[in-house]
Amino acid sequence: MIWETVAIYAVAFCLIVGAAFSLIGSIGLLKFNDAMTRLHAPTKVGTVGIGALLLASMIHAQIFSDGALHDLLIMAFLFVTAPISANFIAKVNIHKGSCTAPPPPPEDDTWSTLDVPETDRALMPETEALN
Amino acid sequence: MTLAMDVMTVALWIAFIAVAVAQVMAMIRLIIGPDTGDRILALDTMVINAIGLIVLLGIAHGSHIYFEVALIIAMLGFVSTVAYARFVLRGDIIE
Repeated sequence: MIWETVAIYAVAFCLIVGAAFSLIGSIGLLKFNDAMTRLHAPTKVGTVGIGALLLASMIHAQIFSDGALHDLLIMAFLFVTAPISANFIAKVNIHKGSCTAPPPPPEDDTWSTLDVPETDRALMPETEALN
Repeated sequence: MTLAMDVMTVALWIAFIAVAVAQVMAMIRLIIGPDTGDRILALDTMVINAIGLIVLLGIAHGSHIYFEVALIIAMLGFVSTVAYARFVLRGDIIE
């Protein structure tokens, strides 16, 4: 009985935390004034916000019906895919020039880029060398 | 027990209102977004907030049938975000 009461309060706490993170992330999306800083805020919605809401759903299912842990699937999927989509959106921002350009490479043009160093070009296969 | 249930009901209402306001804010950014990246990001946030609303609806109804809806919308949202970004970056989705 006492554990049920504690679990219901835990559901309420998780709901408030998840909703607060969703709201704060969207406020950040609306209020920040640079494309890359705007990218930073909604990633919290995808991890902590939805994570807390799904945790509340799991605890709720544990109390009021036979327990169901399959909400973990949504959480795992979102945790895996959030960095990938954020990386793609950052590439779009760089491509469209809506942020300050990344600094030039310090030593040569092949540092941290897709360019192949001069000495390694003979080792490349023919198909890649054409590119 | 009844007090705890009342607290949970109030928390559920607060969560519904907060996530709905977050959805409206993301839609404002989708409309005014100065560049393509902001619009893709706003759409991604709207999909995630929609998943949150569906999870809240599942808690309010106390049923499990909303799980599949949330999972499919999560997968579809990720694929559509990547497709939009690839279309902007490469001019084509599948090369």
